Amino acid sequence: MSNTALAEKTSDPSHRETVESAVVRFAGDSGDGMQLTGGQFTLATAFAGNDLSTFPDFPAEIRAPAGTTFGVSSFQINFGSRVIKTAGDAFDMLIAMNPAALKVELHGLKQGGVIIADTGSFGERDLRKAGYDANPLEDGSLDGYHLVALDISKLTMEAVKDTGLSKQEALRCKNMWTLGFVYWMYGRDRKPTADWLIAKFGKRPDVAAANVAAMDAGHTVAETMELPDGVHGFHVDAADIAPGTYRTVTGAEALAWGLAAGTHLADIKMVFASYPITPASQLLHSLSKMIDHNVVTFQAEDEIAAACAAIGASFGGSLGVTSSSGPGIALKTEAIGLAISTELPLIIVNSQRAGPSTGMPTKTEQSDLYQAVLGRNADSPLCVLAARSPADCFEVAIEAVRIAIKYMTPVFILTDGYIGNAAEPWSIPDINDYAKIPVNFRTDPDGFHPFLRDDDTLARVWAVPGTPGLEHRIGGIERDYDSGNISYDPDNHQKMTDTRFAKIEGITKDIPAQGVEDGNTSGKLAVVGWGSTYGPISRAVANLQAEGLDVSHIHIRHLWPFPENLGGLLKGFEQVLVPEMNHGQLVNVLRAEYLVPAEGLNKVSGQPFKITEIEDAIRARLES
Amino acid sequence: MNVVTPPEKLTPKDFATDQEVRWCPGCGDYAILKGVQKTLADIGARPENTVFVSGIGCAARFPYYVKTYGFHTIHGRAPAFATGLKLANPNLDIWVVSGDGDALSIGGNHLFHLLRRNVDLQFLLFNNEIYGLTKGQYSPTSRQGTRSPSTPWGSLDNPASATVFAIGAGARFIARGIDSNQKHLPGVLARAHAHKGTSFVEIFQNCKVYNDGVFENFTGRDVASDRQIYVEHGKPLIFGKDGEKGLRLNTQTLALEAVVIGENGVNETDILVHDETNRMIATLLAHMEPPAMPVALGVLYCAPGQSYDEEVTDLVHSHTPAEKPDFNKLLRAGRTWTVD
Ligand SMILES: Cc1ncc(C[n+]2csc(CCOP(=O)(O)OP(=O)(O)O)c2C)c(N)n1
Ligand code: SF4
Repeated sequence: MSNTALAEKTSDPSHRETVESAVVRFAGDSGDGMQLTGGQFTLATAFAGNDLSTFPDFPAEIRAPAGTTFGVSSFQINFGSRVIKTAGDAFDMLIAMNPAALKVELHGLKQGGVIIADTGSFGERDLRKAGYDANPLEDGSLDGYHLVALDISKLTMEAVKDTGLSKQEALRCKNMWTLGFVYWMYGRDRKPTADWLIAKFGKRPDVAAANVAAMDAGHTVAETMELPDGVHGFHVDAADIAPGTYRTVTGAEALAWGLAAGTHLADIKMVFASYPITPASQLLHSLSKMIDHNVVTFQAEDEIAAACAAIGASFGGSLGVTSSSGPGIALKTEAIGLAISTELPLIIVNSQRAGPSTGMPTKTEQSDLYQAVLGRNADSPLCVLAARSPADCFEVAIEAVRIAIKYMTPVFILTDGYIGNAAEPWSIPDINDYAKIPVNFRTDPDGFHPFLRDDDTLARVWAVPGTPGLEHRIGGIERDYDSGNISYDPDNHQKMTDTRFAKIEGITKDIPAQGVEDGNTSGKLAVVGWGSTYGPISRAVANLQAEGLDVSHIHIRHLWPFPENLGGLLKGFEQVLVPEMNHGQLVNVLRAEYLVPAEGLNKVSGQPFKITEIEDAIRARLES
Repeated sequence: MNVVTPPEKLTPKDFATDQEVRWCPGCGDYAILKGVQKTLADIGARPENTVFVSGIGCAARFPYYVKTYGFHTIHGRAPAFATGLKLANPNLDIWVVSGDGDALSIGGNHLFHLLRRNVDLQFLLFNNEIYGLTKGQYSPTSRQGTRSPSTPWGSLDNPASATVFAIGAGARFIARGIDSNQKHLPGVLARAHAHKGTSFVEIFQNCKVYNDGVFENFTGRDVASDRQIYVEHGKPLIFGKDGEKGLRLNTQTLALEAVVIGENGVNETDILVHDETNRMIATLLAHMEPPAMPVALGVLYCAPGQSYDEEVTDLVHSHTPAEKPDFNKLLRAGRTWTVD
């Protein structure tokens, strides 16, 4: 290695190429620990002051046969010195731990992007398993990229040979070796990861030491080896981030904290009842740890029981919360109808996933909007909210608690597999900055009946068993508006149905007007989104505005009822484009509600939108 | 259940609502309602602390007629509602009322889990061996060959025994009563109430309209004394008009036999003594069916254990910090960093 080469290879940013942002994708076998590796890279990146967004993409199989394409587990991160809104489209660097990972992920790599591959796992058998006839690292098929081919397996074994680990255990440190290498490429600090390893393997100091040694070795190799032409270190400046205390947060975590924050602000107990289903289970896991914050969790025998237990808890004066994904929500439907009929608060979280029936459990979609807004028997209105990003889940959850209690109604929170698993930095709020959520349990027996309403909100009284003098019976059977007793009177049913609608419609008076995320409040084209398409839409709209196109971004949080001004706002645009990860649900609801000529842009591949896909659709509309 | 000494003694009437009872004339549900209201008065139940939870069916209309708190929920799921309610407020005294279809058909799963969890409440299963509310289709407890609108040629499937099911599910209190036996039923209900954990009570209930007389083979005046045995802890298992019959354990077949004392060399010491804490005896008793054997009534099994809600409460207490937990701390636990 020449001296000049060495001189350049310091971690001094001035000797690195400075980039505004970068997208890196770690891909390997399910057993390679790619999610952990990505998680650590995320933390190191956050500590370096970059803004970031991640996209964990893993197979449905717990442990798919090693080396197969369907066993590839990937983790993508986009980070930069500017605001990062998506996990990124094409990636700048692909880490391929085996041929299957290369095969599955190569199409997403930018032309001229960097591939880091472990030649140690590109043997004859590995190649055959991945469906390669020839070794792509050697046959010239990767000529359009910058290839860093290293025998990571062997280098890892060498790095940890003194730690006394078995061969198998030693090989498992491969991911940390690779992480060390990539850390050097982006000038990351290894200390937080070393600390984490030591804590994680507290009972196995030898394993911790080996992992740290592997990481250090990877870093050293990157620093000292002669990298192929055109491959070098990068520097990403810290982003201009508002002052505050931060942590990285996934949607599932933020949702758990948000729900707990809501019941904390209301000063009541939360009873969370759920039945495991991918990708909703994470919420159950997170809340189960919050027993010291007035949260009781109940793993029910099925989704029906979970919904029923939550409603039973709300009847008892706690806030019942239940959670699932589409198939499980389908089972809860009848119970949700009872909560609507008895006018009890209830929160139903739906972590949407792909497909009818079992579909693609680990892949994301936004196709349960109809299910939330319309998917029950009879006229059964309730409130629907959607979270747009991991951190946004916190705010949405508090809003859901507020509405559920204030209006004595079930509230749906729509999130999805992508938001649930993706992480972003989060400026940790101060709970004292939030308004308390008043809970008015009825205690006065004077003039009481169970369906007495608040004149303003139309919410019925919350009268809780254990309160003397308020003994009453409720159930799904229609009851008389004036006495709360069972009633089959035709006019009364009309009135009660109208009232249930009016109550939900009245929520529009109590929610913020629909704003425009970005752009003018009228013009040629509005791109209207909801939920996790927030990132790609906002980036696409911003990019095209920079080119001078007349396009605005509207993103809806309150999906039912809609904000009062939404119809008028949409009518101010010549065209309305609604990108959704479904076959056209919000677009149809908007058309039905407002008779606007909205058009859908629909993607149901189980993968989030790419920015370019939305840009192309906007261009097609504006330039035609 | 913090049973406070009642300020004044309430009567069964105090537990009746002003709602018109809408069961068919002659329905066994009336008698059970009466028995329950008497029990509530007997045990000094506080209306504000008592909740009746039901699913759907004729039986499930019950809460409307009891002047306590009540929740008429959805078909088969009352156990789940009751469990959630108990988690919200473990101090409530909860009674679940269910029909055989409600409890064992659509709700079989939930009942199973309620019993195995042992949530502290009383579960009353009104067994009329038919679906009443939907007009007389056969139910999971209907005997094979039951003719009904959905089985005009007689039902084919084997019936389930509610009590045997309860034992299998791990119930720790199992009792039986008959709607019309008002002398016996309130006592059984009071025992159920006193038991901590899920108290499972099967009540044979006559559906006057769709299954009238289905239990006549052991409740009929002429056969009752020979086909019913009222079991009592510590007492020999004796029945018959003059107490001349008894149950003996055949140690060869491990089955119970009905024997006549004084015949074939059987004397009183051969008669099995009821031990309600013995799960095997309860199982044998639950399996008995007429006409070969008498139907066992009373408390078949009572073996208290920790209830689910007690365990949850203990767990919560052991994790409750002395001071109100700081929510901001929760949000800041773990890896954080500060941007100035
Ligand atoms: C989800 C659902 N399915 C079916 C019904 C119709 N249904 C109402 S009551 C009932 C059976 C009730 O039988 P049982 O539990 O034995 O009670 P009974 O009426 O005999 O007291 C059925 C099938 C319903 N209400 N809900
Ligand atoms: S149908 Fe049968 S169970 Fe129902 S009320 Fe009439 S008699 Fe009673």
